[in-house]
Amino acid sequence: MTVPDTSLASASVPEMNPAPARALVLWRRFRRNRAALLGLILFAIVVLMAAFADVVTPGDPLRNAGPPLTAPLVLSANPLGTDQLGRDVMAGIFHGARISLMIGVVATLISIVIGIVIGAVAGYFGGKIDGALMRVTEAFQTIPSFILLLTLVAILGSSIRNIVIAIGIVSWTAPARMVRAEFMSLRKREFVDAARNLGVSDVSIIFREILPNALPPVIVFASVVMATSILMESALAFLGLGDPNFASWGNMIGQGRAVLRTAWFCSVIPGIAILLTVLSFSLMGEGLNDALNPRQRK
Amino acid sequence: MTGERKTILDVRDLQIVLPTGGDRAYALSDFNLSVGAGEIVCLVGESGSGKSLAANAVMRLLPEPHVRVSRGTISLDGQDLLSLPESSMRAIRGDRMAMIFQEPMTALNPQKSVGWQIDEVLKLHTRLSRAERKARTLEILGDVHIPDPASTYNAYPHQISGGQRQRVMIAMALVLKPQLIIADEPTTALDVTTQKQILKLIKDLQQARGTGILFITHDFGVVAEIADRIAVLRLGEMVEQGPASQILLNPQHPYTRKLIAAVPALTPPPAKPVSNEPVVLEAKALRKTFAARGGFLSGKRDPVTAVKDLSFQLRRGETLGVVGESGSGKTTVSRIVTRLLESDSGEVRIDGRDLLSASRSELRALRKDIQMVFQDPMASLNPRRRVVELIAQGPIVQGVARDVAHARARELLSLVELPPAAAERYPHEFSGGQRQRIGIARALAMEPRVIVADEPVSALDVSVQAQVLKLLADLRDRLHLSLLFVTHDLRVAAQLCDKVIVMSKGEIVEAGPTASVFADPQHPYTRSLLDSIPGRDWEPPVRDVA
Repeated sequence: MTVPDTSLASASVPEMNPAPARALVLWRRFRRNRAALLGLILFAIVVLMAAFADVVTPGDPLRNAGPPLTAPLVLSANPLGTDQLGRDVMAGIFHGARISLMIGVVATLISIVIGIVIGAVAGYFGGKIDGALMRVTEAFQTIPSFILLLTLVAILGSSIRNIVIAIGIVSWTAPARMVRAEFMSLRKREFVDAARNLGVSDVSIIFREILPNALPPVIVFASVVMATSILMESALAFLGLGDPNFASWGNMIGQGRAVLRTAWFCSVIPGIAILLTVLSFSLMGEGLNDALNPRQRK
Repeated sequence: MTGERKTILDVRDLQIVLPTGGDRAYALSDFNLSVGAGEIVCLVGESGSGKSLAANAVMRLLPEPHVRVSRGTISLDGQDLLSLPESSMRAIRGDRMAMIFQEPMTALNPQKSVGWQIDEVLKLHTRLSRAERKARTLEILGDVHIPDPASTYNAYPHQISGGQRQRVMIAMALVLKPQLIIADEPTTALDVTTQKQILKLIKDLQQARGTGILFITHDFGVVAEIADRIAVLRLGEMVEQGPASQILLNPQHPYTRKLIAAVPALTPPPAKPVSNEPVVLEAKALRKTFAARGGFLSGKRDPVTAVKDLSFQLRRGETLGVVGESGSGKTTVSRIVTRLLESDSGEVRIDGRDLLSASRSELRALRKDIQMVFQDPMASLNPRRRVVELIAQGPIVQGVARDVAHARARELLSLVELPPAAAERYPHEFSGGQRQRIGIARALAMEPRVIVADEPVSALDVSVQAQVLKLLADLRDRLHLSLLFVTHDLRVAAQLCDKVIVMSKGEIVEAGPTASVFADPQHPYTRSLLDSIPGRDWEPPVRDVA
């Protein structure tokens, strides 16, 4: 309420010049953060690498493509070199981008969806339901997530599908707590009472009234989950628990570890790829935070 | 009262710039104001007028560099404040001039005892010994009429009442005998009876000590109560300034006139003949107790009874006011009759149909007949929905086809005097008064028989308040609605309600036609409420707005 509406009787709505579309406003706020733009560019590069993997480096990335352990910039056929089995590192990086993105997106979706449902129900209903759900959440939080991940993968087997599901299962607790906190404050707002007063059902209030208001911080947090998902998969692969049928970045590091002293590039190049991808997610998360919660900035 | 007195605060030609992209370039421009010793100057304005920024500029507490003074001088007792370095400013703040804030709960540190906080002021600005400081603190707590200074000294802010907290704030401001006190809406968060005591306290202390007071408020009742001189601000411009009697009784500027005219008169209109219309809403023996939740180890606390044995009847076309101070249970009543809160016992009947024992599906149908307008127009509209969706939501839930409901929502916009273009907008694009109109349209969309309005105008500026009240009264008469109107503001109740019930501590202490309750209150509590209305002896001169 910054402008007192003293001219209301004339039924004119002041400052009713057409407001720019919401997406445009968000983009403007996002753009203001330079680091976020850098993140977006890095992310776009990873997406392009994944999209054009078959064009730039056609064929199976796991096939023998040249003499083993060729250093980068020596052969024009293998610009980033080859590993100990003669697999092209550049092909691995391009095709690995697909796997990493897929893991990041799917595992994040799984964890956010579980987190939203549990957090929303706990935060909205409160009381005993909240108590029970939060004890379950705490049970998951007390076990170090990577240990739990190792256990799950060991039990389920290390196919790419199981890895993604396992990563989703170990990372839903933080989003759940976040959504719960948002719901606990939002459910006391009068618009929730207003909706109840109109006869709107609980499910509808949770998902159509409150959830859209609770989402911005969760979306920001999703970028963090995405980055940690990729790291977790890499860590699994590094320990030799990755899916050997796919050229993921983690697998490349894990196999390059054996020749780290003689052929550093086998581990370092995929390492840089992971670093830049994770960095891009966290920078974008920062920018999204500015765009979605403009008031949080000092 | 206009004799030669020493000027304490002199503000000349002040201009404050706002960040670019705001709704105006300057928060204040050409602002001239002086406060003399022993004088209370009221700075009056609606929200957004720049009155609080003026106070912050004097204290040099502006959020620089976004908002800063770009021109003008501020001098305190002849000393230029704007050119002082921050360190000297710190020494002046609290010592030679002090500030009293609106919300004493947030202005006091919840982690420290009251005594510690006053002691800190003394520690910072004086060289008194520990024992002397304690003596001074106890003395000043006594001066602000705190009943038991010794025990309050050790109390924490949450352990004392709102009125006591404001007394502590005042004690803190006064302890160093400043020349100037800036009070920013110091009584807005308080109940009327407490407000009356605090205003009297401020006035007494100021007379005894000859302090100059710059009193910021939006409430003309309060102004009439204490002001020596009045300055009226509108959108950063000073529209009128002069002695209190002149401005209150003979305002010159149209804006001042409008503001004063918007203050509801205290005398209710003559009572309507007794209505023979059927009873639409009936409450019988309502009772609600809030079980205080004890911690795991802290044991149980006593439950709080919010409403006990409350009954009333509301007839068709009638307005029933529920008045009382905070904690009287009036809001609980409004939530029980709409069944947003479950009652412990009793019944609520709408047209003879029981609401409290209705099943889920029956309840959905019954809700159509009793709708609510909420207090906070900012919080009661879902910020992520367009206006047309907000208004049409109720009918859609009740089974009306989407396009029919949307068409009806658009018609309702004109009924609440909003332009058709408003339909496609989001709530944040509207001002407070306009949002409350949207809230009213949403309630009307259900074609209810009863509207429960819980403090629907208390978050609005007076001039907007008058318009919204007029709209509510118009709609009630045109659509033959019944209104259950919950308010703490007796002026508003006097103008709008046919009957009132006065609540205190969960019980009805008095009920009857508004005119007779106001003219001849029977219960001592009602009498003290009526006595506490600020500016009750002042009759606003213009009377063209109801």
